[in-house]
Amino acid sequence: MWAFIHKLGSPKWFYAIAMRLQPWFWTAALVLLAVGSVWGLAFAPADYQQGNSFRIIYVHVPAAILAQSCFIALAAAALVFLVWKIKVADMAAAVIAPFGAAMTFVALFSGSVWGVPTWGTWWIWDARLTSMLIQLFLYLGVIALRGAFLSRDSGARAASVLALVGVVNIPIIKYSVEWWNTLHQPATFTLTERPAMPPEMWLPLLIMVLGFYCFFIALTLMRTCSEILKRESAKRWVRELADEAPGGKR
Amino acid sequence: MRVVEPRAGLGVAIAATVKRDLTLMLRRRSEVINPLVFFALVITLFPLGISPAPALLAEIAPGLLWVAALLATQLSLDALFRGDHDDGSLEQLLLAPQPLAALVLAKVLVHWLLTGLPLALMAPLLGLMLSLPSGGYGVLMLSLALGSASLSLIGAIGAALTVGLARGGVLLSLLVLPLYIPVLIFGAGAVQVITLGGNAAPHLAILGALLAVALMLAPWAIAAALRISING
Repeated sequence: MWAFIHKLGSPKWFYAIAMRLQPWFWTAALVLLAVGSVWGLAFAPADYQQGNSFRIIYVHVPAAILAQSCFIALAAAALVFLVWKIKVADMAAAVIAPFGAAMTFVALFSGSVWGVPTWGTWWIWDARLTSMLIQLFLYLGVIALRGAFLSRDSGARAASVLALVGVVNIPIIKYSVEWWNTLHQPATFTLTERPAMPPEMWLPLLIMVLGFYCFFIALTLMRTCSEILKRESAKRWVRELADEAPGGKR
Repeated sequence: MRVVEPRAGLGVAIAATVKRDLTLMLRRRSEVINPLVFFALVITLFPLGISPAPALLAEIAPGLLWVAALLATQLSLDALFRGDHDDGSLEQLLLAPQPLAALVLAKVLVHWLLTGLPLALMAPLLGLMLSLPSGGYGVLMLSLALGSASLSLIGAIGAALTVGLARGGVLLSLLVLPLYIPVLIFGAGAVQVITLGGNAAPHLAILGALLAVALMLAPWAIAAALRISING
């Protein structure tokens, strides 16, 4: 078991394993997203209050869940990189941060679009919206800090420290924003007190969430692999790989 | 200045760091005064930009004072390690046999003494100009004094991360301002509650708790960040 984890830390082994796993995750993501979106958008019954506009949930909720999971994954990768100096972990972190920021943006944007028919406004300073917005700023900070350093290694380590500081702060920010909201103005509308959904509504949602996760894993593997190739381009195994590729020397 | 033995105890080293930083800062008075002038200037902008009506200003005064004080602290942070980085004394700090986290805490303490505390002492005057209700002044000072200590600690992490960069100013704000939000919420909340006739003690207690957590964790993060900025 430990030997396997040690092997994963080597870019060459990680590359080989990731390339083998990728097709499975891509297939799973494609199937789950196709089934989930067709079921959710076309066959699930319309909400008795919100009508068809509730179908935004099938994009909004998976994106929001993933946005939070990504930050935890980012912090975990940062910790592994800082403690054990495993380069692959940092390559993964470099790839996860922009994806997490994109998912946070998708969650905010789809929430905004959903807000117009249900709440009658694009934006309210609801606790969840506000803490999601702050999370977007944290992601942007991590990405900006990594880019600001001339040396890649310093940038990687600085971004890792910031990701860890951020993950400690996210729960504090979340709870203080919730308290702030209840102090100033009780939320006029809450998403939490929705009537319990019938299974034909939440099953497609579950499938979509799983599909988003598979998509995230597949994309992270793919982009980490290309990051490995880019950073290790001087290594022999990468050159041999390039030679064997169609259009290569052999 | 008296030369401290390199193997001296932790207390001696901390005292020496505090004394050195205090001396340096007090010789560069403008660095102490500029954040205060900035604080007053920003507060002056709000009545001009929003409305001079006392009733409206009184209502938004707690938030305005807190946001302006927060920005003033933020602007002074870039200088926290910059000078020491440029003249090489930061590397000496890293080489010292005493734990870096403790020495860094001493530097942050000086930053708070010469930025956060003066801002807290000056805030009532600006509160008066914003016609803050009379009951709120004590809590305003107390919340700013408590909260700005947390702001100094959290901000020092960002300052340490960006000290190696040539132009870290805007980036520093981008990194640090989201982390300031809990302090802002409870600090401004304390003043707001007291002006509405409530009890500010719970808010102040949470500000204290935030400070305790920051005191416990931030020095390690600052030390790690400084090592990255210097060695990387």
